[in-house]
Amino acid sequence: MNAPILEVKHLTKHFPLKNALGAKTGQVRAVDDVSFALQKGETLGIVGESGCGKSTTARLLMQLIAPTAGDVLFEGKAVGSSELPLKEFHRQVQMVFQDSYSSLNPRLTVETSIAFGPQMHGVSARDAVVRARDLLDRVGLDPKRFAGRYPHELSGGQRQRVNIARALAVQPRIVILDEAVSALDKSVEAQVLNLLLDLKDAFDLTYLFISHDLNVVRYISDRVMVMYLGQVAELGETESIFATPLHPYSQALLASMPSMDPDHRTEAPPIAGDPPNPINPPSGCRFHTRCKFAQAACSVNAQPLLAYKANQHYVACEFFAANAHLSIASTEKAAAELTEVHA
Amino acid sequence: MNTFSIATAEKNVLAVEQSPGYWSGVFRRFSEDRIALFAGFVVLILVVLALFGPWLVPADPYQSSMLKRLKPIGTEGFPLGTDELGRDMLSRLMIGARLSLFMGITPVLFAFAIGATLGIIAGHAGGWINSIIMRTIDVFYAFPSVLLAIALSGALGAGIGNALLSLTLVFVPPICRVAESVTSQIRGRDFVEAARASGANAFAIIRVHVLGNVLGPIFVYSTSLIAVSMILASGLSFLGLGVKPPEPEWGLMLNTLRTAIYTQPWVAALPGLMIFITSMSFNMLSDGLRSAMDVKQ
Amino acid sequence: MNAVLDFNTVAASAPAAVIEHLRVTFTGGASPVRAVNDVSLTLKRGETLALIGESGSGKSVTLRSLLRLHPPKKTQISGRIEVSGRDVLAMNTSTLAAFRGRVASMIFQEPLLALDPVYSVGDQIIESIQRHIKVSRAEAHARALKLFEQVRIPSPERRLAAYPHEMSGGMRQRVMIALALACDPELLLADEPTTALDATVQIQILLLLRELQSRLGLSIIFVTHDIGAAVEVADRIAVMYAGQIVEEGDVRTIMRSPRHPYTQALLQSRAHGSLAKGSRLATIGGAPPDLANLPPGCAFAPRCNFADDGCKQSEIALVSLTPKHHARCRKTEQESPPSGGEG
Repeated sequence: MNAPILEVKHLTKHFPLKNALGAKTGQVRAVDDVSFALQKGETLGIVGESGCGKSTTARLLMQLIAPTAGDVLFEGKAVGSSELPLKEFHRQVQMVFQDSYSSLNPRLTVETSIAFGPQMHGVSARDAVVRARDLLDRVGLDPKRFAGRYPHELSGGQRQRVNIARALAVQPRIVILDEAVSALDKSVEAQVLNLLLDLKDAFDLTYLFISHDLNVVRYISDRVMVMYLGQVAELGETESIFATPLHPYSQALLASMPSMDPDHRTEAPPIAGDPPNPINPPSGCRFHTRCKFAQAACSVNAQPLLAYKANQHYVACEFFAANAHLSIASTEKAAAELTEVHA
Repeated sequence: MNTFSIATAEKNVLAVEQSPGYWSGVFRRFSEDRIALFAGFVVLILVVLALFGPWLVPADPYQSSMLKRLKPIGTEGFPLGTDELGRDMLSRLMIGARLSLFMGITPVLFAFAIGATLGIIAGHAGGWINSIIMRTIDVFYAFPSVLLAIALSGALGAGIGNALLSLTLVFVPPICRVAESVTSQIRGRDFVEAARASGANAFAIIRVHVLGNVLGPIFVYSTSLIAVSMILASGLSFLGLGVKPPEPEWGLMLNTLRTAIYTQPWVAALPGLMIFITSMSFNMLSDGLRSAMDVKQ
Repeated sequence: MNAVLDFNTVAASAPAAVIEHLRVTFTGGASPVRAVNDVSLTLKRGETLALIGESGSGKSVTLRSLLRLHPPKKTQISGRIEVSGRDVLAMNTSTLAAFRGRVASMIFQEPLLALDPVYSVGDQIIESIQRHIKVSRAEAHARALKLFEQVRIPSPERRLAAYPHEMSGGMRQRVMIALALACDPELLLADEPTTALDATVQIQILLLLRELQSRLGLSIIFVTHDIGAAVEVADRIAVMYAGQIVEEGDVRTIMRSPRHPYTQALLQSRAHGSLAKGSRLATIGGAPPDLANLPPGCAFAPRCNFADDGCKQSEIALVSLTPKHHARCRKTEQESPPSGGEG
């Protein structure tokens, strides 16, 4: 495998909780020791439920908030170091947010919003506008009709196209899409997903695609990372994860997808209860409170990320091999191939 | 790497459909608001009086006459009567608009400049910078505004300059607070995050993304303070801390006429009426502006 | 309190809900918005109907009309609405107050907004019971406890004393359901009840609704934009577009042989597992029409592949394909059912 374009090492973010007098009363462990690598040209999907830390991870990667610990490396260079100043990093990595309205300045026309980024990187105002109009064309909005419009005059889908154009305006190589299609209606979502695929090919992009919608993640991602309460539960190639989810949480998450077949409705909920609060999360394996395979050791030992299938598939559960989900053969094979990851 | 094709882009640099901007929408909504239009009309008249008063007055507002003291409203030659020194009330009220409006608007303008700057910095920076600015502002908040204005004016000494200074100091805290709160709201919006993520520095973000969104609301709030400022300035003049006689200023006129309250109550009330009309008009105008600028989404 | 409905006079055989030629127009804005345009529906007792559609399709407006929740001064409603044989549009204020919660009640997308933050959830349920039924506080408390057990809230006695903000999202939605069921209503209206929930929690709530429906014999109208959620709970599906029901039939029919082009497109535009990597989703071009400015004919015609001039001239009548399958389309004969995911 080539050197990854983006590498995340032991990324951690704890938000301190303070009482009215400012004394520390606890902390939200939003992201806890997350490590992964993004390969050039791939789409990595991050899935998980609220409180799993997927959006905090995006904001950490984007350097919008400072990590408590951990490093982000872009092409081997530490972000924010003299080798790679923040401003240069922001030319390489861009982000599209969920709320298409809130992410556009209501007072600026669409083309002014798109042209803002390039101008911050030394592109002349005229060239930036030329680029903005070209990008509007690329995202399927006729520049003649849309360049001079204001965000409130556009539909949600159109606004999200503008946001995508805005992210692409500084010619980044990585785009982080944080629930970028989640607020859209299904028919519009399909249009935007197609657009994202087209743009990825056209501009040679690498995507980090964050979503709670498993169908969408499966459709668009090459690899998937499942997060639970601030930690990575499982990471692997999309089809490997969807076909043989190894972590009991991934299994429950996949089984929670509504059946689309009226004759084979879901019979019983795969797991009970809500995800616990990331303030003071459970000890040991954080999923043990909801896991039907949990053993005594699970509440004590934090689970390291184990590699399975020659480093194609990682899982943070040492007992996964004992789960009924896997056939005997693959279980043995899995057990044989277990190695601890040294990140 | 992909480069943007300049050929197609050049083709696109043709005329684009320009939407009517935000301000044209504000203007349209404002022009449909009859109350605000009426208030705006009254303010316009007052401004005209303030600017051109000396050329419009029917009589010399400084010309006193012991014989014609305290004539009632409707007296021949003095449609609004005369004051305690026999000067024409109509002329004095007209020319009084000049000083009264000046005393109402100037402190608010200065306070707008100072308060908005501080508030925007505090709101955008957050953290300890915010704490220092806002806690300092809170100290001023501990005093009632009237008391603060009187205390400052008293300490600095009487006179227009000192009255303006003390009124400015009185209005900095509320404007700063409003500026801080609207700015920190905007700061939380994704488009500011996106601007940060595109590599923009704080100055560029404030200039392009923050100012356009916060100046309007802060300005509207400030216009609502003009009425308060006028009343406070009148109060200072009334106490002898602001404008000095014989200059016509409504607050001062109210003061000097108070001895005539039993003999000519209607004449004595006229400066108060002017203050009332003016402050009401500014209030309605700023209300109208606020609702015109409120874009519902 | 004083306007207690006389339940004996109403025939038990009346359908749970009948809507005839419902039109709802909002007149608050600059130009009137025609949110619902001639909707007719019949809900049998003990039946679950899912109203599906995208935002602005009029599904929530239709649902809210059943409780007359729209601001009366800004809304024009015409047509007929009957719930268990009672004419809803003819009710006066006090009858309406007694009707809401007692005969028909509603659960919302965001329970945190629907529950009162300053009272414990138990008090809110007890208050609601005592408002409609003459029982002592102890009896009401016992009933509240039973309701909590019914909606499967763990340690129900303790939870009755909790406040809404102390509960997780899934637990709040269970409280909301308990509150809706407090006075034994005949009709339960659910407005996107699982949209704001996490995947593993959503399936629990869907299955809970299904279980309560069969145990209590409830009639349910379930509004959602998520076809998967509809399939899990509904017997029948009505698809809405631009304020009209464009197709209606039982779940199997709609899922397997949809006949309206919009339903077909909606089903095909979903991202799902069987799609090949890199393939594009089938999309519906264009955007939904402006409800303040609807076209004269079929509202979907501008986006429809099958539309001809006839579709754009006058309103389209509902075509009965079978006695239980209707579509509002002139072209149901010519279309073939979709053959899968490709577009």
